[in-house]
Amino acid sequence: MLIENTALAHDRKANSGKRPRSKRTGKSDSGGNAAPKAARSASSEKKREPPQRAQSDAPFGSILFPAGCEQLRNETGEMPECFTDLNLDQVIAAVIAKQDATVLQPFFYSTYRDAEILRYRQDVFRELANDDLRSSVTSFCERMNRVRLELGYAKKIQYKCHRQVVIFRAIRIYCQSIETLASEFRNFDLISEGFLGFRRHLEKYRSSEEFAELVEEARDLQERLSTVQYSMLVHGGKVTVRKYASERDYSAIVLDQFKRFRTETNQETERKPRDTESMNHIEEGILDLVGKLYPEIFSALQDYLRRHDRFIDETMALFDREIQFYLTLLAYIAPIKQKGLAFCIPEISASDRAGFACESFDLALAAKLVGEKQGVICNDFHLDGPERMIVVSGPNQGGKTTFARMFGQLHFLAGLGCPVPGRKAKLFLADQIFTHFEREEDISNLRGKLEDELVRLHETIEAMTDDSVVILNEIFNSTSLQDQIFLSRRILEAILATDALCVCVTFIDELSSLNEKTVSMVSTVVPEDPATRTFRIVRKPADGLAYALSLAERRKVTHEQLLKRIPR
Amino acid sequence: MKVFLMHPDRDFVPAKEAAFDDDDFAQDLELGVLLDAMAGNDGYLDDIARAALAGAWSNDAGTILYRQEILKDCLANDGIVRELYALALEPFSEDKRRFYIPFGMDPASKVSSSVSTLQMSLDVLRRIRNTCNAFYKTFHSRGFNRLFETLNDNLDDDYLASVKADLERLKFNEGVLVSADLGESGKGANFMLREPQEKDRHMIQRLLPSSQPSFTIQIHPRDEAGAHALGELQARGLSLISDALMQSAEHVFGFLKLLRAELGFYVTCLNLNDRLKGIREGICFPVPSEKQGSFSCLDLRDTCLALTVNGKVVGNDVDADGKSLIIVTGANRGGKSTFLRSVGLAQLMMQAGMFVTAEAFSSSLHSGLFSHYKREEDRSMTSGKFDEELVRMDRIAARIRGRALVLFNESFAATNEREGSEIAHQIVSALLERAVMVLFVSHMYEFARSFLDRKDVLFLRADRDDAGKRSFRLRPGKPRATSFGPDLYKGIFGAPKVSSRSDLVKM
Repeated sequence: MLIENTALAHDRKANSGKRPRSKRTGKSDSGGNAAPKAARSASSEKKREPPQRAQSDAPFGSILFPAGCEQLRNETGEMPECFTDLNLDQVIAAVIAKQDATVLQPFFYSTYRDAEILRYRQDVFRELANDDLRSSVTSFCERMNRVRLELGYAKKIQYKCHRQVVIFRAIRIYCQSIETLASEFRNFDLISEGFLGFRRHLEKYRSSEEFAELVEEARDLQERLSTVQYSMLVHGGKVTVRKYASERDYSAIVLDQFKRFRTETNQETERKPRDTESMNHIEEGILDLVGKLYPEIFSALQDYLRRHDRFIDETMALFDREIQFYLTLLAYIAPIKQKGLAFCIPEISASDRAGFACESFDLALAAKLVGEKQGVICNDFHLDGPERMIVVSGPNQGGKTTFARMFGQLHFLAGLGCPVPGRKAKLFLADQIFTHFEREEDISNLRGKLEDELVRLHETIEAMTDDSVVILNEIFNSTSLQDQIFLSRRILEAILATDALCVCVTFIDELSSLNEKTVSMVSTVVPEDPATRTFRIVRKPADGLAYALSLAERRKVTHEQLLKRIPR
Repeated sequence: MKVFLMHPDRDFVPAKEAAFDDDDFAQDLELGVLLDAMAGNDGYLDDIARAALAGAWSNDAGTILYRQEILKDCLANDGIVRELYALALEPFSEDKRRFYIPFGMDPASKVSSSVSTLQMSLDVLRRIRNTCNAFYKTFHSRGFNRLFETLNDNLDDDYLASVKADLERLKFNEGVLVSADLGESGKGANFMLREPQEKDRHMIQRLLPSSQPSFTIQIHPRDEAGAHALGELQARGLSLISDALMQSAEHVFGFLKLLRAELGFYVTCLNLNDRLKGIREGICFPVPSEKQGSFSCLDLRDTCLALTVNGKVVGNDVDADGKSLIIVTGANRGGKSTFLRSVGLAQLMMQAGMFVTAEAFSSSLHSGLFSHYKREEDRSMTSGKFDEELVRMDRIAARIRGRALVLFNESFAATNEREGSEIAHQIVSALLERAVMVLFVSHMYEFARSFLDRKDVLFLRADRDDAGKRSFRLRPGKPRATSFGPDLYKGIFGAPKVSSRSDLVKM
């Protein structure tokens, strides 16, 4: 039965030919080549050969794709349609932050249903829970970034002597970054296929003759450069440069003279260096004179640089780019975790629709609240047996939309191979995620709002498959109650006719019990004070009990709560 | 060099921000009145008084007694202490702006301003030392004696003379000599300022380096960027010496700052004493008790009320040793709030090391003071208002620690008495389990009754005397089921009408 459905869905998708119109292009009504309003993903499993289990000696290529799966790489630089509604646009923008967006965005925009790829990534994430490993890799990337910055800077330098010193420094940082990484990696007990493969490559490269030469010559040269010491006498409009001749440190003398007035509060007056990387023409001129004071050292430097003009290994460079996918995401969730919110690697399946999440939350909201030092309310859900659709009702501003977003985010993140918000989760790998969120009326839209909504929903119904996830948030709010009940019922029935997963936020109670596939969940309030929401979405309807004690409990000032709160 | 007038072992560091913004008790105790009397329109003294009061809760009994000793010296030597304070103020006065060590200046100006700061500060310190030496016999406290010793040990005339000569050398007439290594980026690194060359004394050494090769860049007169770069290079050298000099200047200047702040606290106490003397309010030095559960007072008056009415006010005698909860019931306008405030103020002043307005006052040390007062007169019975009270309790719970002191004034009465009493009971009993001392003024009979059987509870009642007039004195007494609102009504309106207010109170 299930298999038949899936096959049917594939057929329907394959035959639909023209891609459905997105809701936003729907509004602007330009027609034509609109992109589907869904998370783009590789519906690739049928094209591909059964995956070869990677051999331990298979050459390492990428930390995002296991050996043998690299040809499945299908990245898009275009933001998935569901991003704005799910607030994933904010999340990913913050994840990427100051990193290079053109490199990182495609990683975060492209989901996969291939369990081998996703488990490869999940294993890498798991391995990165090791603080030592993570900080080792992070430092490596920071050094590589410095190498790139130095080389970029060197290109702009006019003065030869100065340019050589800068490139030389870049090479030394590079050598050090490889050596540090290799020696640190030797001590890690690695399990993930990704890191094991990477370590093999790293080890091979580090012990290559080419690299050894680069390192040893740099060491010799640096030793000679560090012997350079000079002094400058500044007086009037001139500066005289000569080798340093053991004059006494004057600042130490002055400090000593006044040390009896020292108190611990002002002892550590900070001395802020105003160092910039760039040099002005006087400094560059001085460096030239220093070159004249030490001519043998500087000609050896010139020769070294000429022989090593392309020194960066390509696989290392790729790793440096791709590992950012993991590091940036982990860095983003770290402060959220620190507030006691849990993340987990979800159990994933491209076929089993039963799923759940414990103590999960809206990632975008959590990041915001954590920044504002506010608490975050977690919610659970589970879909068992025949259950496919969660109908969320209850008072407004009670966290219903947040719950719906959370559901969508969980399923998208699972398709990236990422950890997801929650203590534990099992998630279905969706081919696409469709979202319909209430938007402000757009006056440039010629069609009525209701009609537009219907058109968009129709496109979704047409484009969705048994493998899709659909999020409906307060649909048909612009029409009469009778219409809403009628239309909503029709739409939900159409979705229920497929095997897709769905969350529907509505205030229409009767939608919550259409059939055995629907699950009713309710946003709850503090009974005593209906203006106050708990932001908990539960399977039971709220009861109307109101006691002063429940108020006190909410303010955490009951006898028991106070005893816990007040330190002795 | 340390001042050590506030703590026997550390500096007094007044917080930059005005304290008490988060503290309801500042409002409830009318702390502003006390601060005005202490500071007398002086913004700086106001900051000091606030900081001293805000820091009161972390003082141990030793510190409190240490300050009491010093304060007694101050009361006996009012004029001399004010003179010392005036000297310590001198560097901060309007016409001595050059004393200020400004930030963000170029190193050359830093050097010269540091040198002048040092010269001036040391001069002021010398005069303070001389004043101290003239009057030391009339001071007996450990604090003052130690300060006098510090000044004499560190500022002997020989040392002052040698410093004066050192400061003269710091003018760099022969140019600035800077040494450097070759840094990673090719820029100079590890810049060090080297000792200035004095032509006469170092003639031979100068011959040696000059025999080595040297190259010179001469800036073109119109090369402004070059001149600027050269200035920066010189600043690199001078910034090393200017930081060292700034540190030294800040050391000396910092001592003066501390002296001003710590003497300032005692000056605020002298100011308060002057005000109280003017209205014939007597003071006493309280007795801090390290052990928990002691509280007793004789004729304890509300300092702020006395300052406000400009005259003597009625005090209370309470013996609550061994009690951890005092419940005050009884007539409206019977002096209950005044009593609550007098306890809070006396506790605060005692822990800050000050005197209090009482004949005698002794109390355990508390880890903090919190107040929870009914905010308005109305009793709207809305849950929003009750919730607001709980929110304030929540705020208190977030900050309170064991052994604190909490003052409740008609709290949790914004709902019906059954609910309010239950909540109040839960809260108070939790506080008592954490060794918090609680004073609770309440009309809620149900609440008061729930503690009737406990031995560690003292009940006080605001009674009318036989003539029906209030005495404003509290006496031990069990709570009664009614209040005295109708009396007030009668007092104000005269006619013995049926009062609706008494119904409200009974609810």
